[in-house]
Amino acid sequence: MLDVKLRRLFTLLSNVLGIGIESVLVNLSKGHAVESFPLLKEGQGQGQGQGQEQGQGTPMDSHRRSHSNSLLPFEICENSKPHHHHHHHHHHRSRSRFKSGQFDDGFYVHEANARSVYINDPKRTNENYEFTGNEIRTSSYTLLTFLPKNLFIQFHRVAYLYFLAIAALNQLPPLAVFGRTASLFPLLFVLCVTAIKDGYEDWRKHRSDRFENNRDCLVLQEHGNFRPKKWNRIQAGDVVKISADEMIPADIVLLGTSDQSGIAYIQTMNLDGESNLKTRFARQETVTAVTSESCGVTGVIRCEKPNRNIYEFAANMEFNGNKIPLNQSNIVLRGCVLKNTDWLIGVVVCAGQETKAMLNSAAAPPKRSKLEIYMNRETGWLSIFLFVMCSAVALGTAVWLVRHKQQLETLPYYRKTYLNLGPHFGQVYRYYGIPMEILFSFLSSVIVFQIMIPISLYITMELVRVGQSYFMVEDMDMHDSSCGLRFQCRSFNINEDLGQIRYIFSDKTGTLTENKMEFRKASVFGKNYGSSMPVPPAVKSKRRWKLKSEIPIDYDLMTLLQKEEDPSSEERVAAHDFFITLTACNTVIPVVNGSKPSKEDDGVVSIDYQGESPDEQALVSAASAYGYTLFERTSGHVVVDKNGEKIRLEVLGMHEFDSVRKRMSVVIRFPDNAVKVLVKGADTSMLSILANDKDSVWHATQTHLNEYSLEGLRTLVLASRDLSEEELEAWQSAYAEASTALYDRAIKLRHAASLIECKLKLLGATGIEDRLQEGVPDTIECLRQAGIKVWVLTGDKQETAISIGVSCKLLTPDMHKIIINANSEAHCRDLLVQAKARYGVRPSGKGQGNGKCKTIADLGKEEEEDTAPMALIIDGTSLLFDLATACRVVICCRVAPLQKAGIVNLIKSRTDDMTLAIGDGANDVSMIQMADVGVGICGQEGRQAVMASDFAMGQFRFLRKLLLVHGHWNYQRLGYLVLYNFYRNAVFVFMLFWYILCSAFSTTSALTEWSCVLYSVIYTSIPTVIVGVMDKDLSQKTLLQYPKLYGAGHRQEAYNIRLFWLTMIDTLWQSLVVFLIPVLTYQNSSIDIWSLGSLWTIAIVILVTVHLAMDVNGWILIMHVAVWGSIFITYGCLIVLDSIPLLPNYWTIYHLACSPTYWITILLVTVVALLPRFACKVASQILWPSDIQIAREVEAISKEHGDW
Amino acid sequence: MSSSGAAGAGSTDSTAARRNTKRPKYSKFTQQELPACKPILTPRAVISAFLLVSVVFVPVGVASLLASRKVVEIVYRYDSKCIPKNVTNKVAYIQSSADKACSITLNVTKHMKSPVYIYYQLDNFYQNHRRYVKSRSDEQLRKRGEENETSTCKPEDMVNGRAIVPCGLIAWSLFNDTYSFSVNKRNLTVNKKGISWKSDRNHKFGKDVFPKNFQNSSIIGGAHLNESIPLREQEDLIVWMRTAALPTFRKLYGKIEEDLKEGELVNVTLNNNYNTYSFNGKKKLVLSTTTWLGGKNDFLGIAYLTVGGLCFFLALAFTIVYFVKPRQLGDPSYLSWNRNPGGH
Repeated sequence: MLDVKLRRLFTLLSNVLGIGIESVLVNLSKGHAVESFPLLKEGQGQGQGQGQEQGQGTPMDSHRRSHSNSLLPFEICENSKPHHHHHHHHHHRSRSRFKSGQFDDGFYVHEANARSVYINDPKRTNENYEFTGNEIRTSSYTLLTFLPKNLFIQFHRVAYLYFLAIAALNQLPPLAVFGRTASLFPLLFVLCVTAIKDGYEDWRKHRSDRFENNRDCLVLQEHGNFRPKKWNRIQAGDVVKISADEMIPADIVLLGTSDQSGIAYIQTMNLDGESNLKTRFARQETVTAVTSESCGVTGVIRCEKPNRNIYEFAANMEFNGNKIPLNQSNIVLRGCVLKNTDWLIGVVVCAGQETKAMLNSAAAPPKRSKLEIYMNRETGWLSIFLFVMCSAVALGTAVWLVRHKQQLETLPYYRKTYLNLGPHFGQVYRYYGIPMEILFSFLSSVIVFQIMIPISLYITMELVRVGQSYFMVEDMDMHDSSCGLRFQCRSFNINEDLGQIRYIFSDKTGTLTENKMEFRKASVFGKNYGSSMPVPPAVKSKRRWKLKSEIPIDYDLMTLLQKEEDPSSEERVAAHDFFITLTACNTVIPVVNGSKPSKEDDGVVSIDYQGESPDEQALVSAASAYGYTLFERTSGHVVVDKNGEKIRLEVLGMHEFDSVRKRMSVVIRFPDNAVKVLVKGADTSMLSILANDKDSVWHATQTHLNEYSLEGLRTLVLASRDLSEEELEAWQSAYAEASTALYDRAIKLRHAASLIECKLKLLGATGIEDRLQEGVPDTIECLRQAGIKVWVLTGDKQETAISIGVSCKLLTPDMHKIIINANSEAHCRDLLVQAKARYGVRPSGKGQGNGKCKTIADLGKEEEEDTAPMALIIDGTSLLFDLATACRVVICCRVAPLQKAGIVNLIKSRTDDMTLAIGDGANDVSMIQMADVGVGICGQEGRQAVMASDFAMGQFRFLRKLLLVHGHWNYQRLGYLVLYNFYRNAVFVFMLFWYILCSAFSTTSALTEWSCVLYSVIYTSIPTVIVGVMDKDLSQKTLLQYPKLYGAGHRQEAYNIRLFWLTMIDTLWQSLVVFLIPVLTYQNSSIDIWSLGSLWTIAIVILVTVHLAMDVNGWILIMHVAVWGSIFITYGCLIVLDSIPLLPNYWTIYHLACSPTYWITILLVTVVALLPRFACKVASQILWPSDIQIAREVEAISKEHGDW
Repeated sequence: MSSSGAAGAGSTDSTAARRNTKRPKYSKFTQQELPACKPILTPRAVISAFLLVSVVFVPVGVASLLASRKVVEIVYRYDSKCIPKNVTNKVAYIQSSADKACSITLNVTKHMKSPVYIYYQLDNFYQNHRRYVKSRSDEQLRKRGEENETSTCKPEDMVNGRAIVPCGLIAWSLFNDTYSFSVNKRNLTVNKKGISWKSDRNHKFGKDVFPKNFQNSSIIGGAHLNESIPLREQEDLIVWMRTAALPTFRKLYGKIEEDLKEGELVNVTLNNNYNTYSFNGKKKLVLSTTTWLGGKNDFLGIAYLTVGGLCFFLALAFTIVYFVKPRQLGDPSYLSWNRNPGGH
């Protein structure tokens, strides 16, 4: 669907702009990239505003979300109006229109695809076995299937297949290099460890499944009363009754609730993590047929096939001969909890695995770290080495066989035929002709050299990353004590990417700011209030409602409201309407704690406002502080407590917030029968529909709005209008038709809204402050010093964004500001070209951004982009890219979620630099998933961002430690780990290779087969992991003090191809030393193969261990234990292996250990092998010290002086 | 590991959420603040490391070299000498049943203290060939009851359907040249006891395992074994069965337990039976004394002296570098962003 829309959009654009097909195609593929995120898919399609049915819009009334409505969880729809009955008609017509139309978004129920649920008749419902039961199974295995299924899944990994192939090769008789057990050991070891881990995880899932399945729920039974039933026995078609605070067992369509109007409040924490309450409605038609003990509803519900979109539901219900459409607001999903409602009764339409909650529980596709991608490239080189070595052995075999062709029968060490009398006499023994022998020689050398491909590295890396994640999670500095949130690692694969971030894309609200809205200023009827003065106690005591937050009250405004004289002055009325609008024009639900307040209760009753928009909550709280308390809200009316006097306002209709109008309006009938429309919205959308055009109030308000923006306040404009009877009627008929329309409902509603949202009287404006989070300026400063470019992508308007930019030190006075603020694409392009020319940005080829940045980075620029940037991103990509990458700071305003992802993708696809996106809301999900590293902030806006993120934390400032300290460490550690693993395995393989050259190319290994197998698994693995997890090149104090040390990650200092080749040369040298020194020492002696092999084993283990020890940056006790312990473990293993009389190497080690030659050979090997490396290390540190090296020295010196 | 947990409904998710809210406990370990020793390559440390190596290596090198020089070694290659001049087909000669006795004289150039070890050295003999190394049956050698465990010995496993003890190519190719020594017509006793590893004798070769069907086939690889002597006491076999690591190797033949004086002529009567001609292998007879280091090998001494010297030289070189191009440790002016400001 998205695809089609994008294509249409692009065609349109290319027609307008005359862009070539090529760029359109390029951008289409970008669209595909976005499409792979399931949660976004539907939402973004709608976000494009292509005139599709949008449900009923979402009740968001904060302009920062202006573009994001379609991504919001759970729409709330008010559908209490009785339906017109000609929707049959509509339905058919719309269907036929769909057939001819080019898209099909599945919003309507097609008879062919529909599934029928017979209410309260589960038997009939399940006749066709279309539905699954309500039993859930998140576990993947049962006792029987565990072994085969687990093995099957495990062998999906390439590494294991490699292991398996090698082990299988080894089972062929001519290739049996190792014994059976020895060759299977590594594979079995890894398989067992993984299987035990998987088994344990699955057992836990089984346990929780069992718990879930055995919960009880009240189900309407045949006798017509509700009886408890286990969850796993519930079927589609069952009518269930849920009481307050109970969990919903399946996806159910509401039939009735304890509320007469059919409202139910639910908490969707388990689904999307949002803690606020959401409303769901039973259809008015069914509510009356349901009581708390019975359900008289019978009929059929035809609903769509199960799908994972939790924001949509399409079905219709046949009841009493009527066809009633059902949508998302009529369904309650499994996993939600019923709140503030005594009971609800509903019919199960999707059960068990088909519920949306279960369909959504799939894991996100894993990301791969950049280091790992490079590592795979080098693994390719290692495979080439492997191939070359095996070919060399094969070639050698060929030459040797040809030269000794005549002697193969007589050579004492190579007998190809049975020469003894007996049944086999004259037969050939394991000789398959020269070509085959060459092939077998190649294959058997693959077996011997198998660890050249460091398969164990993948397992080691996983272990190391788990360890690193443990330290990140346990870090006290990244623990948010205010809300008690720990750091979370949701992805284990990209820890090291944190050390190489070049771009940070940050959301503003909730990420840089606290997203705790506070009402600061108000402009009422052209007068500015809010230089918050202390409130006289007399005024304060009048308040009867205790709110969660205290709001400073402006005394002047308070007196204006309470002035007794002249109650009908224009200003007074405007102020009154202003607060009524604040109170009524929103979707906030008041939750009164405790029992209903009685008259004699003069204690303070606390009210908790639940709503999806923090702005609305702030406004309602503010109104309450001024004496207008929202007390009750149902679909039909609102009760406002005005200084103790309860006013009941009838809500005739509500036009919810949508991204096109950017405003919300509500039509209210006052007790005096006057009808008013109250509107609230973004200034841009409001100022154009005002009646009092450019009078004094208008000008004053405009000035105030600008002031507020400059102070960084979020502004909203409020207006109202009295409706005459004719206008009301006209609107009512339009509204009624629109709200029951099945097709183009959003457009029709918008049209209805436009009837009344015009010629409004300006009431005033509000300024809400969203304070910066603690430590944000410092963090941004620090990150900038570290060479990270911080981009802020916000939905806010330009002035607000700039003021926030200034206050968080993102923008400094010495910067040149480039503001791109265009209305058309052409204009925008011109501006970009001009800016480029002015600051001398040269066009750059793909991925060349870095070099160019160096020349002009100190210009320091700021770019403002305020247009419909979708077109900009499509058309002006290269322009924007050149300019933006040359800037230190980029702030993008009015950005929609999809555009956020687009900008991230622009940088990601055009440079090699790492990107990090950080955000807290649902509107950041696309960006978080697009970036190399996604960080979610667990803030006020639910857990959508966290769910999509790789790392989640409480506050923006933790980013500093996360990147500069943990990122740096992780990167350094893992980079070294990879290189060291390459070295460790290669040096061993090279050594085996040299020996094979001395054994007539016969793939003999002097080492016992067990030593070959255990080398990478036991002898040398433990210190690798320990050092990978715990080694610390610099203390965190130093890293935070010198943020520029982070540049080591940008320059890829810990791992790059040059280091790889240097390591390989070193490896070659070391392998030659470790091979040749024992050979030369024991030349002309009676040493046997097992003794020499034993010497080699120990020499190479000591060598690689000392090599590691030489590179350890900070020695702590556990490292000493691991490093030196591994040598002892090796000796232990050798002693055990040499104590088995059946093995040919029996007692070797004891013999060797007695001779001093053995020991001085080992010493010589270690020193000679490591001498060049050590000398080079010293030389490079003297002549070309790295930053890290200098910082280490600083650390050491100041430690000596006792400063630390 | 399993990436991001499933967002499934139910208890697992809520427990995870609860776990996440627990405040981490402070410990130096979890905060990665354990006191660590951070070695730094200060000039002093570097120079003293090099000096330390040379101080250790030079004396060891000198000692090794002295030890090696002390060893007296006589090597005599006899494979070509012990073939009569008129023989053109050496292989045919060695396979024939002619008397292959041969007499050579060794000149003792230096006093040789007892015990004088007698080795034979073979060349171009790949005892480390994979087919060869594996061609033995350790089970069979150890236990009498497992004499039919010959599967690993193929194709030298059976003869006429009966198991060969000891089976396999290694045993089959047992070296069979013999040497006897005399000085001034006086025979020197060659002690052939204790030339093999005691552990091999006691645990790898059974005392009740006797040779059977050995060298019974049409092609004879080497020595015959006395079928009345258990394998445990067949020390030549035990020595031979410890296959050599490299294609040129020595094996202990026996010991002469008396001193050989300088200038003495040792007459060796040898039976040149072993066929190395088919693969152009050399045969040498070696008489050698030993020291704590083993046999004569200057390599270790020279290597140690070289490395010691090199390290001394490196220590000097780095001293000079530190003087010529001193760099204050921890000098921030060397930091990359201070060296070329503006660029990053």
